[in-house]
Amino acid sequence: MSTLIKQDLFEGLLESTHSGFENSRSEAKTSYLTQGLPAAKAEEYKFTGITKKLEQTFPQLSPAKPFEVSAETVKSAIFEGFSGDVLVFTNGKFQPSLSSIIDGIEVSLLSEKSETAIGSIAKPGKDAFCALNQASFEDGIFISVPKKAQIEKPILLLSFNKENEGAAIQPRVWIEVGDFAEVTFIDQSINLSASPYFINKVVEISGAHNSHVHYYRLQNEGKNAFEVSTIETDIQKDSKFSSVTISLSGEMVRNNLSLNILGSNSEGNMYGLYLLNGKTHVDNHTNVDHTVPHAESNELYKGILDDQSRGVFNGKIFVRQDAQKTNAFQQNNNILLSEDATVNTKPQLEIWADDVKCSHGCTTGQLDDEALFYLQTRGIGKDQAKGFLLYAFAGEVLTHIEEENFRSYCTELVQARLGSKI
Amino acid sequence: MSKDNQILEDLTSKEYEHGWSVNMEADEAPIGLNEGIIRWISAKKEEPQWLLEWRLKAYKTWGNMNEPTWANVHYPKIDLQSLIFYSAPKQAKKTKNLDEVDPQLLEIYKRLGISLNEQKRLEGVAVDVVLDSVSVATTFKDTLGKLGIIFCSFSEAVKEHPELIKKYLGSVVPMTDNYYAALNSAVFSDGSFCYIPKGVRCPMELSTYFRINAANTGQFERTLIVAEDESYVSYLEGCTAPQRDENQLHAAVVEIYAGAHAEVKYSTVQNWFPGDKNGKGGIFNFVTKRGICAGDHSKISWTQVETGSAVTWKYPSCILKGDYSIGEFYSVAVTNNYQQADTGTKMIHIGKNTKSRIVSKGISAGKSQNSYRGQVQVMKRATNARNFSQCDSLLMGDRCGAHTFPYIDINNPTAKVEHEATTSKIGEDQIFYCNQRGISTEDAVALIVNGYAKEVLNQLPMEFAVEAQKLLALTLEGSVG
Repeated sequence: MSTLIKQDLFEGLLESTHSGFENSRSEAKTSYLTQGLPAAKAEEYKFTGITKKLEQTFPQLSPAKPFEVSAETVKSAIFEGFSGDVLVFTNGKFQPSLSSIIDGIEVSLLSEKSETAIGSIAKPGKDAFCALNQASFEDGIFISVPKKAQIEKPILLLSFNKENEGAAIQPRVWIEVGDFAEVTFIDQSINLSASPYFINKVVEISGAHNSHVHYYRLQNEGKNAFEVSTIETDIQKDSKFSSVTISLSGEMVRNNLSLNILGSNSEGNMYGLYLLNGKTHVDNHTNVDHTVPHAESNELYKGILDDQSRGVFNGKIFVRQDAQKTNAFQQNNNILLSEDATVNTKPQLEIWADDVKCSHGCTTGQLDDEALFYLQTRGIGKDQAKGFLLYAFAGEVLTHIEEENFRSYCTELVQARLGSKI
Repeated sequence: MSKDNQILEDLTSKEYEHGWSVNMEADEAPIGLNEGIIRWISAKKEEPQWLLEWRLKAYKTWGNMNEPTWANVHYPKIDLQSLIFYSAPKQAKKTKNLDEVDPQLLEIYKRLGISLNEQKRLEGVAVDVVLDSVSVATTFKDTLGKLGIIFCSFSEAVKEHPELIKKYLGSVVPMTDNYYAALNSAVFSDGSFCYIPKGVRCPMELSTYFRINAANTGQFERTLIVAEDESYVSYLEGCTAPQRDENQLHAAVVEIYAGAHAEVKYSTVQNWFPGDKNGKGGIFNFVTKRGICAGDHSKISWTQVETGSAVTWKYPSCILKGDYSIGEFYSVAVTNNYQQADTGTKMIHIGKNTKSRIVSKGISAGKSQNSYRGQVQVMKRATNARNFSQCDSLLMGDRCGAHTFPYIDINNPTAKVEHEATTSKIGEDQIFYCNQRGISTEDAVALIVNGYAKEVLNQLPMEFAVEAQKLLALTLEGSVG
């Protein structure tokens, strides 16, 4: 179920021509035109009426132009305690002059790597927004981590976004990680805009044999940000993919995070935390596709919702017929703090193999009155006690951030938000 | 390995016990569906004008609807125009006494193991039997009548209690609800009606037995249960069909209304013909079941054991409107060979302090697909709503699938909602443990499956629990994954 009527919303995007990837682009364009933007009741976008929201906010979505940022702005935007390399983007465009050159890693514009098989991991046929990006992205970035490279310090993908003669920002990232390599990415965006903009991001990650990719994401762009992101990863034999997504604000955010396990003895971990207030709407769709035997996946998403916010979680574990001996776990816990907050969750299992262990759990509730009372009897004020308990709930996700500096930065943000600073 | 295959072979070759049919003369409607047929059915049943109009309105609504495609099932398109929408065993005259019932009919029910004989009071179950499209006999009517309980066929109720039917028909499942409910509203042929007056506790189990006998027919029955304030009733439903090569359609509607402090327990043992081991034939079971806890402190409990049907599409639901009302759903769904089941429940919390509990146990074997699809919705004013859901799946054989699609929508911060699901096969260690104790592999599997489904089977009334256990044994005993 999709609509074809409102394509003029993105006409500006589809009309602009870019060099390179002609075949992939035209294939994606056809795919986009046949799919159309998700209609109001489309199953995949049931609770996230992004099409309508975009139509209401933007008369037309034409591409936002890249802009200059000063070295000082970049410096001040990097979180305290960070040590590592930084790749800077403005409205999705890579800014080499502001970025550091990382030893042992190849970084270049995607247009210079025309042989890259874009769209082979995040397939345009699955989602209209993903197809739209592939059809009309301006340029992207290509990151290649060679074999056996152990990149100890994290790589910060720092994006500055603002509405600039157009409001559609379409970043495109291709990451390939060689055999036995390990690397950590931190993906963070900074909002410099006074008016609303729309990000339609696609990240494709390919993890080779025995590789390990950490992908951490912090979403805190505030009221002007409308975002749909597609992050899809293929991992081969004996490899590992770990991601943590922290969502703190945004007008309407939709994260499509997918993992395809293509080699046995691999492991996928997906963690997420969403702390929402105001009218923030965050939708996390995750998809783990077990195609081979002997693999494991873990998923834990937690949410605390206040005011009129809405949290959507849709987790899907797909175990194919050949994927015997799969272990897959999925959990989603939510706390509602206000009368007007809403949670829609759908933890989904599709199992086609028999010798598997799969489970999912999902809870929604509020703070335990007794625990709150206990803390109060110990002389802790009610608000602070509440903060402690909420942090105890949320903190579990943060422990999965292995990069220490980023973890303490996120911890601080979360504690400040929950009023649980000691 | 070869033993596993042997056991699987045994499992798949188990025959459907109720696969016989009796050649009876039947009174059938012409093939196809149009307004004329609806008028024909209505006239045949000597229905009042308002009901005919209701049917026609439903037919019109249905005409504007599309067949739902969201369920996780695949089947060839049903050609409704080739179906017979009404089939009644020819016996013509109304019977008061069971001796007058067609002996061939009695033979059918004897083979089903249902006693139509009122003398057999030991069984203590009042039965309404629906063969093909019409209700043929209702037992224990007089005993129940003394308490003010009405338990009769739907057409009889239309004639004798039109005010009740008018008030409640379509009140829980409106004709516009979905494609099959609309179709049913247009062409429903008969069914059971049950009315429990205020403050009455029904002294025996009420039961309906559905049987499709004729070929090429669709069965569209309608059950309406009204439990007034402070009443209690336990209701059983059983279904079987003969073994036929073509698919048959069964699209029923069940509506339950529970007043304040009333309790309704609805149990189903569904054993429609599931098709042969190559997936040929079998019943398409597209049923809409819904109950409303209209009054405070009311309770509706659904228990179902689903072993039959080629394709099942069924979501018994509870609308928890009254404060402190309770909804329960217990289900065991077994699929084998090429069966497909997409079943689950909907719990809609509207009233304050409402509670619901969902226990769903799926067992898939052979090449079958078994899906749980459920929704728990907590509305804004449903303060302190509580839900617990558990859906487990057991897989036997590597060609079957188990799927879970739970929807959880919460709009109130005081709600406590928990959902958990697991999918696994019978552990080798469990079997080994039993073997160690001298229990053969086959018995061990039966033991484990029975234990697995026990939580649900325990909810069934005695008479049904025995049958359900037998059914489980028939479909699954001795199967090793």
